[in-house]
Amino acid sequence: MKKYLSPFLAFLFLLILWEIFVEFLHIEKFILPAPSHVARALAAAWPLLLDHSLYTAVEALLGFMFAVIMGTCLALAMGLLPWVKRTIYPLIVVSQTIPIMAVAPLLIIWFGYDILPKVLVVALVCFFPITVSTVEGLDNIDQDMVKLLVTMGATPGQILRLVKFPGALPSFFAGLKISATYSIMGAVIGEWLGGSKGLGIYMTRSMHSFLTERVFASIVVITAMSLILVGIIELIARLTMPWLYQKKSWQQDEKL
Amino acid sequence: MLEIKNITKTFSSPPGEVWTLKDISLTVEKGEFVSIIGPSGCGKSTLFNIISGLERPDRGKVLLSGQDITGQKGHTAYMLQKDLLLPWRTVLDNCILGLEVQGVARDVGRKRAEALLPEFGLEGFARSFPVVLSGGMRQRVAFLRTMLQGKEILLLDEPFGSLDAFTKGEMHGWLLKIWEKYHPTVLFITHDVDEALLLSDRVYVLSTRPATVKLDVEVKLERPRFRDLITEDKFVKLKKLLLEALAQNKPHS
Repeated sequence: MKKYLSPFLAFLFLLILWEIFVEFLHIEKFILPAPSHVARALAAAWPLLLDHSLYTAVEALLGFMFAVIMGTCLALAMGLLPWVKRTIYPLIVVSQTIPIMAVAPLLIIWFGYDILPKVLVVALVCFFPITVSTVEGLDNIDQDMVKLLVTMGATPGQILRLVKFPGALPSFFAGLKISATYSIMGAVIGEWLGGSKGLGIYMTRSMHSFLTERVFASIVVITAMSLILVGIIELIARLTMPWLYQKKSWQQDEKL
Repeated sequence: MLEIKNITKTFSSPPGEVWTLKDISLTVEKGEFVSIIGPSGCGKSTLFNIISGLERPDRGKVLLSGQDITGQKGHTAYMLQKDLLLPWRTVLDNCILGLEVQGVARDVGRKRAEALLPEFGLEGFARSFPVVLSGGMRQRVAFLRTMLQGKEILLLDEPFGSLDAFTKGEMHGWLLKIWEKYHPTVLFITHDVDEALLLSDRVYVLSTRPATVKLDVEVKLERPRFRDLITEDKFVKLKKLLLEALAQNKPHS
């Protein structure tokens, strides 16, 4: 808990600075609302916000799960078959230079204003970190461990199960965490381009009505949702890889 | 009994040099502890790769109890200088890795390993992850993993090479005790003359590349042996012999 104290205090300090700044310079609420205004807007619009948030959360989670399945399959194919990696990996990297803002409208044209194009935007944003991290994890397996298994007479399947999968897990989870932070954002971007419900819609409407404090309130909610998702991933990681976290606490002890 | 007959191996390394094993023959009797000592880079590890079946020799044969096992894997248990413990497996599950590969059920393997933990100085650590262990303990887990595979030959490639002198001394005493009890057939690579003499029944000295068997010494020191043997006259005499053979090894200029 101690490590969270100083960033929390810094954040608190910035909020106070912001409040004072807005108050003293008499900045209009529609240009930059003070934190206290945002807090009031958040409280007032809570039921509505919650409704929109849930919708966005569903989009983000569906897209995220899709990305996990797609990203993992791609990474496994590339990590285990060198020719697949040679063929596909450059394409995947280049595909990331295409701005998602350019692709999203196309998805709307193809799939309409329903949930599907939003889920696809999330999946497109999220699969890349998962794929890249997992491939890296598979590539960085200690080859001597593989050699040891070979001398034991292990089959390729056994090497996969006993060494490669568990060895790539930490990288896989690192990718998952990055993707989780992107997922809510991806869903909001998808919603900006059209739809009937979701935080993105709520933000666009608030912006058009110059209710800037509500835009900020949405940002707070987006951040909170992203943090919760990352927290869940972190929890799953700890339960799946107790050995990794045991190591961390031991290293800290060593330093003391 | 393990027989290495006229093994020759040529391969090119990145700068274009050709490193070789040239006509190497040696024998390890059942229950014997044999060391191979030689300058680093002379191809000792290549020889182990050939015996364990990871690589094929250009010429020559590996015979186990008279049977040709050249290029076949799974006849030997190989232990490297790096302990190669899998960090995601507990100590106990690392010990049974080889058994699991062989298809032995986990509970059966665990029971067998657990019974041996005290002797290997690992009591109470069965459920710990390797990361909490000291260097010496890690090597003992690796050694237990090697023994449990139940192979006829143990190939130990500088298993104590990365340990500090003090821990290494402790490991020698411990290994002598274990060997006294189980009498495994061991082929041991080292470049530590003391270590080779203290542990072995026979020591082969290899030359620099192309590596050939330069000297073959039987170590007739009575067992059980203890660490203080290394200061006794008969030990020092043998040590001189080995050091001379190694000194003549300097590459011709």
